[in-house]
Amino acid sequence: MTASDRSPRSPEETGLGLEVVFPSPRQIMQRAMLRHKGFLIGLAVIAAVALLTILAPVLAPHDPYAQDLGRRLIPPVWQDKGTWDHPLGTDNLGRDYLSRLIYGSRVSLLIGISVMLIAGLIGTTLGLLAGYFGGRMDMFVSFLITVRLALPAVLVAVAVVSLIGGSMRVVILVLGFLVWDRFAVVIRASTQQIRPQEYVAAAKSAGCSTLRILAQEILPNLMNNLIVVATLEVARAILLEAALSFLGMGVQPPTPSWGLMISEGKEFMLFYPYLVTIPGVALFLLLLGFNLFGDGIRDVTAPEGR
Amino acid sequence: MLVYTLKRLALAFLVAVTVSMVSFMLIRVSGDPAIALAGEAASAEQIRHIREQYGFNRPLLVQYLDWGWRAMQGDFGESPYFRLPVSQVMGDRIGVTMALGTCSLAFAVLLSLPLGILAAVRPNTWVDRLSLGVAVLGQAMPSFWFGLILIIFFSVTLRWLPVSGTGSWQHFVMPTIALGYYATPAFMRLIRSGMIEVLSSDYIRTARAKGLRWPKILFKHALRNAIIPVVSLAAVQFGFMLGGSIIIESVFALHGIGYLAWESIGRSDLPVVQAIVLMLSLIYVVLTLLSDILNAMLDPRIRVQ
Repeated sequence: MTASDRSPRSPEETGLGLEVVFPSPRQIMQRAMLRHKGFLIGLAVIAAVALLTILAPVLAPHDPYAQDLGRRLIPPVWQDKGTWDHPLGTDNLGRDYLSRLIYGSRVSLLIGISVMLIAGLIGTTLGLLAGYFGGRMDMFVSFLITVRLALPAVLVAVAVVSLIGGSMRVVILVLGFLVWDRFAVVIRASTQQIRPQEYVAAAKSAGCSTLRILAQEILPNLMNNLIVVATLEVARAILLEAALSFLGMGVQPPTPSWGLMISEGKEFMLFYPYLVTIPGVALFLLLLGFNLFGDGIRDVTAPEGR
Repeated sequence: MLVYTLKRLALAFLVAVTVSMVSFMLIRVSGDPAIALAGEAASAEQIRHIREQYGFNRPLLVQYLDWGWRAMQGDFGESPYFRLPVSQVMGDRIGVTMALGTCSLAFAVLLSLPLGILAAVRPNTWVDRLSLGVAVLGQAMPSFWFGLILIIFFSVTLRWLPVSGTGSWQHFVMPTIALGYYATPAFMRLIRSGMIEVLSSDYIRTARAKGLRWPKILFKHALRNAIIPVVSLAAVQFGFMLGGSIIIESVFALHGIGYLAWESIGRSDLPVVQAIVLMLSLIYVVLTLLSDILNAMLDPRIRVQ
């Protein structure tokens, strides 16, 4: 995995006067990924949504906050009375639904990735400590994980956000400090597997400090697992944000968040179902993208984990 | 076995105490709970009154011990909104949530068991792909959105089921599907991988060599062993479902404990919120404890660890 360059053999080595190029492990992995349909679909979805967030000001046909009560609840273009001026229609305040959808992708990605980074930092640290030191440290971290799993995450998040006051920063921090458990569980288990390896013992006998062993020997070798969890955790964070916003205790109006759009559309759902289906489909596709991407990496790097 | 049980009991007790501290601190996260309880429009006089009434002016440790001691006796104080004991308010609602959780768990297991077994018996065929598809879609489907889609389809278009409420068994059909479907992927993957592992083991080959019939091998010999980890997962998932009931119950206005929690958060009915967080956590602790002990009884290898 570490040999990133190709390994050319000199003519003397192969003894045939021909240069034989063997694919490196990384190349084999890359080729497997490019053959993995789920991975490619996931990658395409994530790339498309990332493009949406970057190009939002260019792509959005209208201001996502601009209300126009004269143009309330215009249906999407494929229904009767739909217009190309508002391809996905307008909501109950006359705001262009496509523009809100495009800007909403920013909220989802920003929160998903920030929460993943905070949770990843906490969970990876705890998992490394527990897996490497074992003994009492392991017992302590396992205890923390058990306590965290016992607490109902959505309920605690909703309660804390409502007490402190909902804003994007509060949602990110609360979720980040709540969903580190899967990182800790996975990193702890993989560290336990790597720890007895000979190269760890070699680094130790060479006099490396513990920090150096953790950072240079162990962390690079659990990168694959870390990337898989990180991808799946972005999906979980996006889902939780949407759920919090849906319950009215997450991102506050008028910010366009997909969960909030579903919640606002719920009231008008019986006569204008597109208000609920459109942001829901967007959310579903983004979550599907991250899940397929993460599952794809896992299939290629650790096929037994499916 | 006794040593193992005692160890697990001690751990569960420690977790329960820690969880109770967290739910105690939860309503103090914004600083003064008296202000949160009184609401934004309250005068300084009212706040002082509430502080004295609830004993928020005492040292934190005294408050915690007092609250914990009462909670152990089933007394969670009084709900300022209902003007009733919290335990009574919760007692009226817990049955609905338990019924929803049980139905959802049954739904998830009944859906994932045949799919998981079929996928394991015929790996890499269309059955396997279908069940994998169900799992992948289930993971990506936000349960609250799925619930709304069910309402649009079954209540509005087909008019088969009531939109929301608690009255009859029909009110539980859609919440059960929405909540249960979310747990299905985890069960299916576990059953599939467990069955694949067991089916490739030596004793299954011996059973086949003896000439036992295939259904008997599958259900009596293989499934029995593959189902052991499913027991622990069921305990964990039941706990998660009770926690997730806050979302589903608010979608369907099902008057269970999750809906109560959501409403109580909205109206700053903090003693109720605190009690629900504690109760759901404790149910999870007890369930995992029971499943661990049950597992150790079923599989002696676990006890040694």
